[in-house]
Amino acid sequence: MSAPLRAVLWRILQTVPVVFGVVVISFVLTRALPGDPAVYFAGAMADEQSIEEVRVALGLDQPLWRQFFLYAGDLLQGDLGNSISTGQPVLTDLAMRLPASLELTLTALLIACAIAIPLGVLAAVRQGSWVDHLCRVLVTAGVSLPTFFTGILLIYVFYYLLGIAPSPLGRLDFIYFEPPRVTGFYLIDSLIDGDPETFFAALRQLILPATTLALFTLAPIARMTRASMLTALSSDYIRTARAAGLSGAMVLFGYAFRNALLPVVTTLGMVFSFVLGANVLVEKVFAWPGIGSYAVEALVVSDYAAIQGFVLAMALLFVFLNLVIDLSYTLIDPRIRFAAK
Amino acid sequence: MLSIKDLAVGFRTRRGEVQAVRGISLELAKGETLGIVGESGSGKSVTSFALMRILDAGGSITAGEVTYSGIDLRRASEKDMRTIRGREISMIFQNPRAALNPIRKVGHQIEDVLRQHARATRGDAREKAIQALRDVRINNPEARYHAYPFELSGGMCQRIVIALALACDPRLLIADEPTTGLDITTQKAVMDLSQELIRERGMASILITHDLGLAAQYCDRLAVMKDGEIVETGPAEAVFANPQHDYTRRLVEATPRPDASVRSLLPADRRPPEIDYTPSDQPLLEVRDLRKTYAGKAGPVHAVKGISFTVNQGQSVGLVGESGCGKSTTSSMLVRLLDPTEGQILYQGNDLAQIPAEQFGKHPLRGDIQMVFQDATDSLNPRHSAGDCIAEPLRRLAGLRGKALRERVEELAELTGLPANLLSRFPHQLSGGQKARVGIARAIALDPKFLILDEPTAALDVSIQAVILNLLADLRARLGMSYLFVSHDLNVVRLLCDEVIVMQDGVIVEAGPAEQVMSAPQHPYTRALLSAAPRPPERVLVTPTLREVQSAL
Repeated sequence: MSAPLRAVLWRILQTVPVVFGVVVISFVLTRALPGDPAVYFAGAMADEQSIEEVRVALGLDQPLWRQFFLYAGDLLQGDLGNSISTGQPVLTDLAMRLPASLELTLTALLIACAIAIPLGVLAAVRQGSWVDHLCRVLVTAGVSLPTFFTGILLIYVFYYLLGIAPSPLGRLDFIYFEPPRVTGFYLIDSLIDGDPETFFAALRQLILPATTLALFTLAPIARMTRASMLTALSSDYIRTARAAGLSGAMVLFGYAFRNALLPVVTTLGMVFSFVLGANVLVEKVFAWPGIGSYAVEALVVSDYAAIQGFVLAMALLFVFLNLVIDLSYTLIDPRIRFAAK
Repeated sequence: MLSIKDLAVGFRTRRGEVQAVRGISLELAKGETLGIVGESGSGKSVTSFALMRILDAGGSITAGEVTYSGIDLRRASEKDMRTIRGREISMIFQNPRAALNPIRKVGHQIEDVLRQHARATRGDAREKAIQALRDVRINNPEARYHAYPFELSGGMCQRIVIALALACDPRLLIADEPTTGLDITTQKAVMDLSQELIRERGMASILITHDLGLAAQYCDRLAVMKDGEIVETGPAEAVFANPQHDYTRRLVEATPRPDASVRSLLPADRRPPEIDYTPSDQPLLEVRDLRKTYAGKAGPVHAVKGISFTVNQGQSVGLVGESGCGKSTTSSMLVRLLDPTEGQILYQGNDLAQIPAEQFGKHPLRGDIQMVFQDATDSLNPRHSAGDCIAEPLRRLAGLRGKALRERVEELAELTGLPANLLSRFPHQLSGGQKARVGIARAIALDPKFLILDEPTAALDVSIQAVILNLLADLRARLGMSYLFVSHDLNVVRLLCDEVIVMQDGVIVEAGPAEQVMSAPQHPYTRALLSAAPRPPERVLVTPTLREVQSAL
């Protein structure tokens, strides 16, 4: 087996204890939550006996360790249990809602990168110019305006005042049908289906919430790009490259940018994780049927299976994300390939 | 070929414009090698950056003319400059590892230059890059083509930088401190190689260095710079043997050389009388079969493979060797920051190797064994004032407080020649020499009997080095300390040491009285070290006090 492949496999193997830890912690934490689901689901008119019946039906009368083993056993068979509030298997709920959140987050990140990275590079190259000042203003505005505020502001301007944007009610206007499900991403599914009309309808719904999130994520990316570009540009190898007569573009992109990319990728990973958590507010404002609003609803009613499912899904997503970032490091920086043993 | 007339370079800073170069004029003929010599801040590097027009942000040529083969370099367009850089004028830099793009294969970096100047096409770039590597005498260039800078040694990286600079056959090579930070034998190899290549190709070159001896050996003509001005120019030998300007004379005198004494490094009018001093024959520290093995990725690394030596009371022992020879590991073990794998460190009969390094900080002998670190800047806490730095060991280990503490700090400052009004300053407000004094004052605060000096002057300008070496010599005579002086520079070691130990690959290859090892080296490695040191032209000593000084020491 080749060395890089072994390094990758070793890195994947390292995620196993992390996932196990997440399973345990999410189980213990949900049990530590205040509130009794049996009381909630027995209804307002329930007496002691019917509450007890619900408790037995939910398996909550068992000792904690027993509950954990039942849960772990089900988990190994891919059964996340049923949500008691929606009545559906948690796996089905997540499969419905996770793509909605991912589509929103990824689009937001793409927009943010497309603006922030060129902006950061330009701000570093023309330090002190108007681009640099624009970068500073955008960064400050991006971090200081909360997402629910920018979301509402955008709705007010583009939906209410200008009437350009569609009503902020979910992923698709009710006059359209959902595209046949392949990936769960409406944009991709509608293209696969060959239905440009639905594609544009979904895109129009997506633009405002994605922009809201992008404004928020843009700040750290632009800032890190600017800072790491400045560091790279003042380094010795850039002087060597300039003294050797390399063209401006080659020095900037071939030498400085690639070196500056490493901290930017790190930031991207961090931004992605906190955005996945932070888009609960955006989902609420835009009535987006995502995973964030699902988790909040489940939390309110102590819906154990749903919360555990959510935490587990997020953890797996983070583990996967970190893996992708680590692997992209090794593509960018040869020095890491040797350290990653 | 190159003509610089009244060149002035200024930098815009927050505190107004700073003139780095104040109207210098230089001529360079075809095939000539010019050395620009000066200490830090003299403007020698800025001059070269200015004529390449690669000054840092805020820097610009404020006056004067720079003409290269009839081209006005000051007014040439950026596009024209790009064709000149690399193809007509090339540069090599200090710190070769940082001068190469860390994440690009060295072969590709050479290809970038070749293709930029249309010296190669996509098809033959690789072949030509390998040829460029072969030209700088790199073994197995086909394999090295795929190496990244971090996989190569410093000397190898500098060869790559030279290959990069010479890839497009420029006619002028500017070398900016090309060997600073390299081992002395590597320095010689790199300098010899670049000199050979320059001769072969009939190029002109400019060598920018702080090392007058190196410049005198490799250059036809020298220009000595101070504070942005040229104070003296002339043929290398004449400048070195018979310096006209006062500053040049001071530089020449401060350059350590085989025939110098520690006092003779100082300007003639600033030499305090020698302090009479003889070390005793009583052993203070005995090292017996000391070993250190690290667990490496590819099996154990034997850094120190069983060394034994003795340091007598009041004696000064030099530990010499190149990077990787185990001298730093040895000094870390002796100062008890690192535990030896095997062996004994007998200090006045007690085996210190038995006391784990973590516990030695509280041991009563901690104050007896102290260290002066190589980098005066990095070894001082940037948030502590000079006074706090010196007071730290007194407070922690001697338990001094209040007035007694303040008085002792002032006494130490006076002893090390640090003006008392500087005690409230922070390290970044002090000069290199002042920081070195703070480091020494801190180390001698607890009246140690054994002081380990780890290249204490390596980062200093020669004139400051001369002062610090004299300070160390005087302190030893006044306080009766023993020194272990770790250095790669034999000429510095001989000035201060009674005995010399030469290490290579973790073993002692030669040991003996300093004069004997220097004048009649037995081991081939010692001979290689001695012959690699720059050999400036002979000159008549102004003060023939060598013998007197030796008897005094």
